[in-house]
Amino acid sequence: MRISASNLSCVRGSREIFRNVNFSLSSREALAVLGPNGAGKSSLLRLVAGLLRPEWGRLELEGGDPELTIPEQAHYLSHQDALKPSLSVTENLTFWAGYLGSARAGLTDALEAVGLAPIRDLPAGYLSAGQRRRLSIARLVAVPRPIWLLDEAAATLDQAAQGRLIELMRGHLTGGGLILAATHAPLGLEAVQELRLGGIV
Amino acid sequence: MTALAALLRRDMRLAVRVGGGALMGVLFFLIVVAMVPFALGPDLALLARTGPAILWLGALLASLLTLDRLFAADHEDGSLDLILMGHAPLELAVAAKALAHWLTTGLPLVVAGPLLGLFLNLAPASIGAVALTLLVGTPALTCIGLVGAALAVPLRRGGLLVPVLVLPLTIPVLIFGVAASNAAVTGPVPFGTPFTVLVALTLFAVVLGPFAAAAALRHGLD
Amino acid sequence: MRLSELANPSRFNALAERVLPWLVVATVLTFALGLYQALFVAPDDYQQGATVKIMFIHVPSAWLGMLGWALMSAAALGTLVWRHPLADVAMKTAAPIGAAFTLICLVTGALWGRPTWGTYWVWDARLTSVLVLFLMYLGVIALWRTVEDPSRAARAAAVLTLVGAVNLPIIKFSVDWWNTLHQPASVFRVGGSTIDASLLMPLLIMAIAFTLLFFTLHLAAMRNEIMRRRVRTLLMMQADAAGGR
Repeated sequence: MRISASNLSCVRGSREIFRNVNFSLSSREALAVLGPNGAGKSSLLRLVAGLLRPEWGRLELEGGDPELTIPEQAHYLSHQDALKPSLSVTENLTFWAGYLGSARAGLTDALEAVGLAPIRDLPAGYLSAGQRRRLSIARLVAVPRPIWLLDEAAATLDQAAQGRLIELMRGHLTGGGLILAATHAPLGLEAVQELRLGGIV
Repeated sequence: MTALAALLRRDMRLAVRVGGGALMGVLFFLIVVAMVPFALGPDLALLARTGPAILWLGALLASLLTLDRLFAADHEDGSLDLILMGHAPLELAVAAKALAHWLTTGLPLVVAGPLLGLFLNLAPASIGAVALTLLVGTPALTCIGLVGAALAVPLRRGGLLVPVLVLPLTIPVLIFGVAASNAAVTGPVPFGTPFTVLVALTLFAVVLGPFAAAAALRHGLD
Repeated sequence: MRLSELANPSRFNALAERVLPWLVVATVLTFALGLYQALFVAPDDYQQGATVKIMFIHVPSAWLGMLGWALMSAAALGTLVWRHPLADVAMKTAAPIGAAFTLICLVTGALWGRPTWGTYWVWDARLTSVLVLFLMYLGVIALWRTVEDPSRAARAAAVLTLVGAVNLPIIKFSVDWWNTLHQPASVFRVGGSTIDASLLMPLLIMAIAFTLLFFTLHLAAMRNEIMRRRVRTLLMMQADAAGGR
């Protein structure tokens, strides 16, 4: 599987966010998107996720499921957690697993992988920011999709949880997945490509 | 299919939990209908004559005013982004949300209507007609309102924008709903004529509404 | 959650546990006496027959609807002025009970009206005022259910309750005036302007019985609410304990 972007440019409102962005990402590879705030890291991820349309340029997918678009084979993890406070941890995860399309079998493992199994029945409104982020990560574990689009995924996580996230990312790559991550800090993985945004050339 | 069932179930659960809006629509309906006699006076004959119209207006307002949060809540916490990335087409996801809204808001209005008809001194035939027309017409109201709710998503303060946009579109439903209710009691038009048109309007809205709303959501993303 | 805040509700719960059985007994006995008086001692109305006996439920329900709001108002002062934790609980639990009695008043009024006036509902001043009170109860209950944080909900509900309390006399006056504007052809007098002495005694006993019922239900509801809040606190502590951030 490979995603290639050629000459991508993004305009939001009437402001050009970035232009002429190129990258190529294959299975088992990770790409870190770096740059100052406002450089367009989040916009690039939303573009790949199909939530924004590029002004110019192309995004191509080789391999993977030919019937599905990129967004349908991708997970998008942003600073928003997409959790409903009145539903429990399990109910939130069950919903996303059911909606994004996967068997229920993986739910317990997913919760255990992020360390939330003890509070599975707690309403999500009681969770701290870090716990909510971990629940969002559980979504990525519960529903297998090859492409992970992570926007500052490690923010609000403590050391232990960050370590767990890195393990999960490593596992995802080993299993043949791709990771595109916007980040301020190093990802903690080996052999990561870099893409620097920021400043219109 | 399970994706849509999951969405339907989630939305219904959210509506009945604390912070949701399940019975707010009925409460609003009740209050609005109770206020009309304060304005019109307690003349029972007048209330009975205008009863179907009062009930329909109340149900219309109650349906529309509860719709503006339909997409906004999901937009604010990032759920809408993920819904767009599912396998199910957005049109069907929107239809599932509309169904959840109708089951938790519209259907209670249909049940409350006859009860409020007693307050307005409606004849039993009238009450039955109102209930039936509301049953058929409230899905149309939900699906037409869907479009306004979708258009209002990118705006920070929708306020009364959704009702302002949508109310004119609901006029045909209102006309034929009230006409059918009245026709059940007074002649010369038989009940069937306006009722059939109402059914047609609903079918039209139920098919077109989700498509238009999905298009509005997609365009509002950027 | 400071321990002192928990201790007060704990003492209340212990007290409630002891008082509740006596209250239940008192309520049942008074109801037995009242019902006996109402059904067998009080005479039928010469005009309305036995249906006049609905008033033994209808009139006390109206009083209790108003008592409920008065109680909520007192509790509202407790919340806003003294921040007493039990005031929140008292206010929250009184609302559904008051609303229920108001609803009973409306339903019995409608059932009474059917044989007497021919319709289930006539917009007469008294019943309409009770209807407005019912709608205001529903509003407060809706507020409690919409605001998720209990202490914020309590303060909002307290303000609404007090505003409502101030408004109720104004509303009552307006509704009375509205009713005189549109005087219907025949004047309906629900229960008559004076109540015959033979009906007064059973009515008073039933009123006391209903009041005891209110306090029994209220006390039990307060106990439940305190336990519900305790569960919520425990859930929050569980979330904190479950593996950091």
